[in-house]
Amino acid sequence: MPQKKISIRIDGELVTALEGQTILQAAQEAGKAIPTLCYLEGLSPAGACRICMVEVAGTERLLPACTTPVQEGLAVTTVSARLTQYRRMTVELLLIERNHVCSVCVSNGHCELQAMATSLGITNTRYWYDFPTLPVDMTHERFVLDHNRCILCTRCVRACAELEGANVWDVGGRGIHTRVTSDLAQPWGESPTCTSCGKCVQACPTGALAEKGAAVEEMTKRTDRLTRLAGSKRAQP
Amino acid sequence: MKRITIDPVSRIEGHAKITIDLDADGRVASSQLHITQVRGFEKFVEGRPFYEMPGITARICGICPVSHLLASAKACDQIIAVNIPPAAKLLRMLLHYAQTVQSHALSFFYLSSPDILLGMDSDPAKRNVIGVIEKHPELARLGIELRKFGLTIIEGLAQERVHPSWVVPGGVATPMAAQLRDKTLAELPTAIAGTERTIRLFKSTFESLKEEIDHFGTKPTMYAGLVDDDGNLDLYDGRLRFVDAVGDVVEAGIAADRYAACIAEATLPHSYLKAPYYRPAGPVEGVYRVGPLGRINAIDQYGTPMADAEMIEFHERFGRPAHSSFLYHYARLIELLHALERIGNLLNEPMILDTHVRATAGVNAPEGVGMIEAPRGVLIHHYKVDEHGAMTWANLIVATGHNNFAIGNGITEVAEHFVDGNHLSEGMLNRLSALVRAYDPCFSCSTHASGQIEMKVELRDVRGEVVDEIESR
Repeated sequence: MPQKKISIRIDGELVTALEGQTILQAAQEAGKAIPTLCYLEGLSPAGACRICMVEVAGTERLLPACTTPVQEGLAVTTVSARLTQYRRMTVELLLIERNHVCSVCVSNGHCELQAMATSLGITNTRYWYDFPTLPVDMTHERFVLDHNRCILCTRCVRACAELEGANVWDVGGRGIHTRVTSDLAQPWGESPTCTSCGKCVQACPTGALAEKGAAVEEMTKRTDRLTRLAGSKRAQP
Repeated sequence: MKRITIDPVSRIEGHAKITIDLDADGRVASSQLHITQVRGFEKFVEGRPFYEMPGITARICGICPVSHLLASAKACDQIIAVNIPPAAKLLRMLLHYAQTVQSHALSFFYLSSPDILLGMDSDPAKRNVIGVIEKHPELARLGIELRKFGLTIIEGLAQERVHPSWVVPGGVATPMAAQLRDKTLAELPTAIAGTERTIRLFKSTFESLKEEIDHFGTKPTMYAGLVDDDGNLDLYDGRLRFVDAVGDVVEAGIAADRYAACIAEATLPHSYLKAPYYRPAGPVEGVYRVGPLGRINAIDQYGTPMADAEMIEFHERFGRPAHSSFLYHYARLIELLHALERIGNLLNEPMILDTHVRATAGVNAPEGVGMIEAPRGVLIHHYKVDEHGAMTWANLIVATGHNNFAIGNGITEVAEHFVDGNHLSEGMLNRLSALVRAYDPCFSCSTHASGQIEMKVELRDVRGEVVDEIESR
């Protein structure tokens, strides 16, 4: 059955969307860019990073565009001083929570967090850095997990579960102690479920997951391949 | 007792302070060099993947990041236990000589030439690179051109002038473009001719600077430098040679991984800079100097004709070994010439454009030591890793560290000769800074002052009251 067409307004402009789409999908189809970090086309949305928050007429609360479905007559604002302020604040909080040192990072110049901070005009943070002492898991033969650079977007968790079906990654702990974990919180190199496919590495927006041996600035990610793979999986009967 | 404090020492890289204690008659009782910042690299790299070390340690300094990159990458080469491809070695050497050119040009033309060309007692407001531009415009331009020459090679190879990440464990990231080789070869003769002119000009100042040469840290010490199998200076891959205070070779050539057999490290209560010494001789007799003067006294020859001819004249004028720290400048200029000659040789190597420039491997050895000659002297990076390649321990010995004891001794000597504690003059205190400057010390600097560095000197009596004061802005 074809999806029902509905009309919504994005930044005042009348847009046709399909029932079941999220605000983000409808906006992207209409050529409106809403900034995202934890969203990766092809993976299920998680609403983890809160960068894609938008204003919706009729509610005071900001809503995440990546998980909010469209409804007939919805009026969405994607750009406002208030949204920019919250997005900046969110990225600043991501930056201070871990030890993001761009200058010596494998993903310097190819990092989605760095690019987001740059595009939001963040030159410094208004909060104190937390400087947590975090481990680097180098036990895997080919890949490295550096918790210092993780923003808990869970793209690795979803890529592993939805595209590879291995379910190696999960999230453990609470609040500021939350960490991605492999299997039952054992060293990645000892994981019996990891197929070493590297999809999690490609999905990671920062240098948290990287190929072993990549020097500073050398780690580039190919998220487009994951999106294509997801598309071809969906097309299969 | 009175104390003179010079803080900060200006026109050096990094931050340092000098204190001089005077006795009741205003004579120098003791003096000390304080390095006032702690950096902590050796500690905070623990747990990091070893292959990130070149990028991390390059951030120690904005002047010689290439030196740290190379020493670090060499230590990593040992951890992955590979022989890097021949072209990679040539390219690393080329980068290193280019770095030497730009660093030596910075030290001489920008930082030290105001003292030498304008005079130690000249107007402090003009005793800077701007003053040199006014009085010797051609020379100042040459300094800028030489620095640019070195930096252009670095940028051409590594895509970035400062903090490039092009040197990696196992080689370098990308090969060299033929265009860069041809352009550099075309510019080389001008750079060499300019350096020769500068050396001639420098030699013409010896008469007027006789007092400085005779009293500028002239206490005999041991010397160290890296040499190849034939005793030529080998900035990139030599073995460590020590000569004693009369110039006799006491260690012919120690491999990098045996450095600890010869070098012991002392810590000083008044400074964050550690003080290495020649272990067999102890911390008093075992004081040695590295850098251009250390090298010219330790090597048999440079191994390139023009520099070797200058080296013969150097030792004829000032003996072998030559002890005056002022001669660091002279040796530095000769080395600049040598580096340019070497760049010519390297660019004419047929293998230099080869595209196989990187070897890859995992962790094959639990530790590695990289040793090179940074512009300021021997630089050692020593790493230990676990089975997965996480850093468990690091030791860095930087060039200025080797010279720590010698600089301290030199300060005392200069203070005793030039400082009269009953009335201070700016020129006499500048000589103390100039002594430190002669070593072109790099106090692990990545923090640079913006604008002009202020120097304020206070002479206080034993109750802490200011009895005399000089300020330069």
